[in-house]
Amino acid sequence: MRSVVTLIILLLGISAHAQVKVEGKITDGKGKPVKGVSITLRDTYDGATTDSLGHFSFATTEKGKKVLETSIIGFKPFEQEINLESTPIILNIAMKELVTELKAVVISAGSFVASDKNKGAVLSALDIVTTPSANGDVTSAFKSLPGTQQVGESEGLFVRGGSATESKIYMDGNLVNNFFYSSTPGIATRGRFNPFLFKGTIFSSGGYSALYGQALSSALILESKDLPERTQADLGVSVIGIGGGIQQLAKNKKSSWGVSYNYANLWLGFAINKQKQDFFQIPVYHQGDANFRIKTKNGGFIKYYGYMSSNKTGFRSPDIDSSLLKNAFAIENFNTYQNINWRENFGTGWKITTGISYSTNKDDINNELQDANNQKQTITNPSFYAFKNFKLNNKAQYAQARVVLDKKLNGLNVIRFGADYFYSKERSTYTLYNGTQFTETVKDNLVSVFAEGDIFITNSLAAKVGTRVEHSEIVNKWNIAPRLSIAYKFKDDSQASFAYGLFYQNPERKYLPAVASLDYSRAAHYILQYQKLTNSRTFRVEAFYKKYTDLYKTTASPTGREVAGNNNGFGHATGLEFFFRDKKTFKNVDYWISYSYLDTKRDFLNYPKAITPSFAASHTAALVVKKFVTKWKTGFNLSYNFATGRPYYYFTYDNLQNKYVIGDAGKTINYNSMSFSVNYLPNLGKKDPKVFAVWVLGINNVLGQNQVFNYNYNNDGSRKEAVTPPSKRFIFIGCFLSFGIDRTQDAINNNL
Amino acid sequence: MKKLFLLAAVAFLTTASLAQSEKFMASMKANIAAIDTSFKNPQNLLDLANKFERIATAEKNQWLPYYYAALCQVNYTYMEKDKTKVDAIADKATELIDKADALNANNSEISCIKSMIASAHMMVDPMQRYMEYGTESQTHLETAMQQDPANPRPEYLKGQGLKYTPEQFGGGCATAKPVLQSSLAKYNAFKPASDIHPNWGKQRVEMLIGECK
Repeated sequence: MRSVVTLIILLLGISAHAQVKVEGKITDGKGKPVKGVSITLRDTYDGATTDSLGHFSFATTEKGKKVLETSIIGFKPFEQEINLESTPIILNIAMKELVTELKAVVISAGSFVASDKNKGAVLSALDIVTTPSANGDVTSAFKSLPGTQQVGESEGLFVRGGSATESKIYMDGNLVNNFFYSSTPGIATRGRFNPFLFKGTIFSSGGYSALYGQALSSALILESKDLPERTQADLGVSVIGIGGGIQQLAKNKKSSWGVSYNYANLWLGFAINKQKQDFFQIPVYHQGDANFRIKTKNGGFIKYYGYMSSNKTGFRSPDIDSSLLKNAFAIENFNTYQNINWRENFGTGWKITTGISYSTNKDDINNELQDANNQKQTITNPSFYAFKNFKLNNKAQYAQARVVLDKKLNGLNVIRFGADYFYSKERSTYTLYNGTQFTETVKDNLVSVFAEGDIFITNSLAAKVGTRVEHSEIVNKWNIAPRLSIAYKFKDDSQASFAYGLFYQNPERKYLPAVASLDYSRAAHYILQYQKLTNSRTFRVEAFYKKYTDLYKTTASPTGREVAGNNNGFGHATGLEFFFRDKKTFKNVDYWISYSYLDTKRDFLNYPKAITPSFAASHTAALVVKKFVTKWKTGFNLSYNFATGRPYYYFTYDNLQNKYVIGDAGKTINYNSMSFSVNYLPNLGKKDPKVFAVWVLGINNVLGQNQVFNYNYNNDGSRKEAVTPPSKRFIFIGCFLSFGIDRTQDAINNNL
Repeated sequence: MKKLFLLAAVAFLTTASLAQSEKFMASMKANIAAIDTSFKNPQNLLDLANKFERIATAEKNQWLPYYYAALCQVNYTYMEKDKTKVDAIADKATELIDKADALNANNSEISCIKSMIASAHMMVDPMQRYMEYGTESQTHLETAMQQDPANPRPEYLKGQGLKYTPEQFGGGCATAKPVLQSSLAKYNAFKPASDIHPNWGKQRVEMLIGECK
């Protein structure tokens, strides 16, 4: 009995016992105080929070051995055993900073990210649709960024002295062939895909990751959307056609499917905007697509996207060799694209991304020489007239399988490796005026394996190191492409990056089969970047040097076709680029300015020597301004693109020297183009509107400035004709309706 | 002797647990009372968040300290001027409210905090994030209203959001006022389950209604 009483007294006694003071200071690894750290005596209420000097202090009635824990966002939790007796305890604790996405430097040399989520994004996904000069074309918005050329006579991205074929486009990791509608002479075609399909885009103007290859200059990496926010139906009517679609989100928000169909007929568009060419077949497009997306248990995704389109167009233009004759070009195209991919987290830091894609493309081209009454003319003397009558039928199939494994290590460190198999079969039949046919099939099996590591040494120093190894059946050799990027963050959060890489590419399809065995063409990139990014402003400056070796030189095949002959071509490109975006200085106004300087020369294809290619201007600049006036529910967007004149050449074959020489050369006038668009959103702010409408008015080349892209020469080079846009201006009017969802915010986003 | 020992032991244990629960109530009350004044200084708000979290981890099975820790953290994000820090703090709040949710599922008050956290994420970049976080915030408020139609706080949060939305986007006093008034009516009828159950926001609703005259 006595012992129990003693026990009770003893136990009660403890709680009444004097308190012990615990105090101290918490610093980061570099001795700087850390404020806001939570200090806890484990399993008790006792503890404190550090002040701005890193100090803390508290008193406790606990006794004996206890664990003291300290924790704060961005640091590794720390614990220490302390023995609480009567003497005050003084602690000096150094906490270790974690490398976190929020604080870490971003490896950004060479790339522009357009996304709503990614840290370091320069554009938002919607900027792509609201840049007026882009006309809602996925790739065109990137022409307002530094590094790209204002080439208007053909499609594609011409990056840092590279031709359009040196830029490749990937969707969810898989290469997209025939991303653009098939080329037509002198008229740039658009990209096939709707920009709203994508949630993020990375445009790399050089030094891109080892995960991608076969592009000497640039990679455009598109990431398709996951689940839509809500179920909705869309309908669009414009001067170029009509289209509609539905996107259905499952009730449990775990899956979705959608279909859409678009019919474009440029009859009305061409009636409003008079075309230079005489269209005997107004461009008509049928385009349908379907998708499904399934969210898996562990937060992974299975996504399918399928696309099909058929289109035709035909136009006459005056023949360059004779004022009495016309050249009539017609093309019919049928294209399909299917892409299914799966990404999954396996726990313990492993992630798999895998995909298969299959696409087909069929082009039927017919070119004729016609007289004033549009009757076909076959002229065999002089003989070059005869070759103006031809047919070209191309049929291509492409398949790709790809797998990438990611293993997350401690912090942000990741290793990534994988393999890629790409199959292509392209058959073309060329029919001469006299019915003679040449059929050629080019097949390739391209195998690539790659590995890459993201190494974060501290929050301010990081590197991406990778290597890609490829083997193409056409070249029948292996290539090894190392890639390296390093980024360093300064105290003021600005950062400097450096990137280096080797890039290889096969010859273009149209120069195959080659007449000799070939090697890969090759480019080495060296990029230096400084960037300062805040919420409302972005500033970056980038300098680069690019060295081309083993570029393809063309020669005449036995049948007289221009084909790849050797790897004796070479070249270089040097440049300096600026980009500045500002959302802060002027209220509700968002603008960006970009400027590029480029010095490039190359000897490739049939060039007689190293010269500045006709797709390279020395100075290029763009200004994009967007303002939304809430009171009027209207957004105003303006863009101005400028480029100095580009060189043009007439090459003539010198039989004495047995090679091409420059017969004539010159420089086009400077390029100036101002585009303007207005978006009006009448339902903006209405409570739960059943229909949400967006009216769009867009005018390209508002000021009607003269634009000359290049010059075409007649057969003997005695006469040249400017290549100009098909119409001086293009006015676009459209109305887009969404049902079942308030897209107000889309519209607001559109304009900021 | 044996009986007496048992009795003494029971008596001791009861006192000890009573003491523990008294300590819990007293600490909670003191900290809850400090929330109102802590808004003057973000550092105090963080200090309070840490205090609640300590109580929560020591107690292990009480949802209220986790709830208040999350409430303080999310309010702290609203006071944080450096927008780049907000996401991490909001994530911390989510971690806390998820623990409260695990101890007390389907609670209207917890749904309110989840809505506030989504709003905090949205405020980092409203124009870009509205579609995702704005929708999420709204969904949580709707859930909160369903879970307890008598709870005045979901309507308070909704009304507050509307008041600060520009009129052109369907906000402003005209749309906010009826919601706030309905919330106030609910506040007048509201009786918290205990001294330490959520019972905040009435003054703020009165103030917002006052501003809308």
